[in-house]
Amino acid sequence: MYVKQISVFMENREGRLEQVTEVLKQQGINILSLSMADTTEYGMLRMVVSDPELARNALQENGFSVRLTDVLAVRLEDKAGELYKLTHILCAKGINIEYMYALASADRRAMIVKASDGEAAGNAIRDGGLTLYGNEELCR
Amino acid sequence: MIWNETKECMSRDEMSNLQGMRLVKLVDRVYHNVEFYRKKMQAAGLEPGDIRGLEDLTKLPFTTKDDLRDTYPFGMFAVPNSQIVRIHASSGTTGKATVVGYTRRDIDMWSECVARCISMAGLGREDIIQVAYGYGLFTGGLGGHYGAEKMGATVVPMSTGNTKKLVNMMVDFGVTGILCTPSYLMHIAETIEEMGVRDKIKLKASLNGAEPWTEKMRDKIEEMLGIHAHDIYGLSEIMGPGVATDCHYHKGLHVHEDYFLPEIVDRDTFQPVADGVTGELVISTLTKEGIPLIRYRTKDLTSIDHTPCECGRTTARIARFTGRSDDMLIIRGVNVFPSQIEAALLEMGGTTPHYLMIVDRVNNLDTLEVQVEVEEHFFSDEIRELENLTKKIEHVIQQAIGLAVKVKLVEPKALERSMGKSVHVIDRRKLD
Repeated sequence: MYVKQISVFMENREGRLEQVTEVLKQQGINILSLSMADTTEYGMLRMVVSDPELARNALQENGFSVRLTDVLAVRLEDKAGELYKLTHILCAKGINIEYMYALASADRRAMIVKASDGEAAGNAIRDGGLTLYGNEELCR
Repeated sequence: MIWNETKECMSRDEMSNLQGMRLVKLVDRVYHNVEFYRKKMQAAGLEPGDIRGLEDLTKLPFTTKDDLRDTYPFGMFAVPNSQIVRIHASSGTTGKATVVGYTRRDIDMWSECVARCISMAGLGREDIIQVAYGYGLFTGGLGGHYGAEKMGATVVPMSTGNTKKLVNMMVDFGVTGILCTPSYLMHIAETIEEMGVRDKIKLKASLNGAEPWTEKMRDKIEEMLGIHAHDIYGLSEIMGPGVATDCHYHKGLHVHEDYFLPEIVDRDTFQPVADGVTGELVISTLTKEGIPLIRYRTKDLTSIDHTPCECGRTTARIARFTGRSDDMLIIRGVNVFPSQIEAALLEMGGTTPHYLMIVDRVNNLDTLEVQVEVEEHFFSDEIRELENLTKKIEHVIQQAIGLAVKVKLVEPKALERSMGKSVHVIDRRKLD
């Protein structure tokens, strides 16, 4: 039901994002989607990548604080009203969205969602007629 | 004016005799009333009769802040609680406070000392004095207050906080003297400038202490306010502010030697050093009843001069402090040890993350920032959680040291390590 998201804690100073992407490049890891949340002092880089375990180990070795988190990748069509379907399902169940960001490639479109209750959200989304991607499917 | 000429202008011989007599009584008193001292003396093979005068002082073992902590809270008290009329406390090294108790006579003695200090600053009973130290467990507020009252001055117990109100009252009441930390007085001076009331104040003199400062800071304060600024030294273990102060000649701080027996010892060998040589200040409280201390190691570094002063006083003078022999920091008058931060962070869960304390002085007020490396076990991918974590760490540290602190999360390994050992403190305060 879940996909693995990798989160990296970064201080707000120049060169940090470059270093993260350099490590990923060296390992041949592809970034499928990312979002950057920032505060005045630090940022949180969240990514869905082709090989999360490898990415984690490589970043840890390079001194980053890294964490793998289970998130939902909800398949959506490229047309009006799709995101509403998703938010409506979650809202009806009283599930809160902690954060979300979009993933789009040539043949895959999804919303990456971290919900207050991941399992309940996953079940509600399936019951509501939407599809969830798994890691293999997404990274294929 | 000299508040107590009999005591402050004694000949060296008379003073030594008085100190010797008081020391003999002190040793006898603590041996019979404080188990800690009895055991310590027994371990050193000493009996009260072995101390017959000043010449035997160095036979006695030292007392340290750790001893006070180990006997927390009342283990070092030499009288039953029925005779203790007040308790003060300062922060200790592991979050536990250092507790001191005062009998009525101790409070009188303290007031006498502070009155002598205020006199040294040229203030008297016709003066209106604001006490702008914090009132509470900290000795500054009440210590200054009782001393100023004892001398008969009009005391305005401002405490700290509302600086504009302080300045307004200073103008309206015609305040002529103030007791506060030097950095707070700088802040007050700036507020006076901002409010444009420099020509309306009648301030003549200040007594400043509870934190390190320099001659340059004194010059600046004196220039900004057109006053005489005096250095007042004290520590809660010994009493509080008023152990020593400089007279208007500013050639060292006169120690009230009839109450406090000062020694300077080498910081490594702990052997007494000659006058003029810098070492650690060690004090024995000659008359204190509540919590008498024998050869208490202050960890403050200074030198001593026993020659009489031009002002007429003969009491020994200690030089402006050059530093500390331990890692204690004084931030806004509060004693802070890096180990307290460490203990607080440990409380957050399991292991101690690497941290760095950055002490700075912004607009003449000390600030403390603690940078904490984000380790995986307390790391979340949600910003909200990280913000909560920051607040929680701030709260825990604040509880431990009693000072507002700003916590900043940094990446692992972001903090410097030198020679494999972490650097835990950066003090950016420029005291000049």
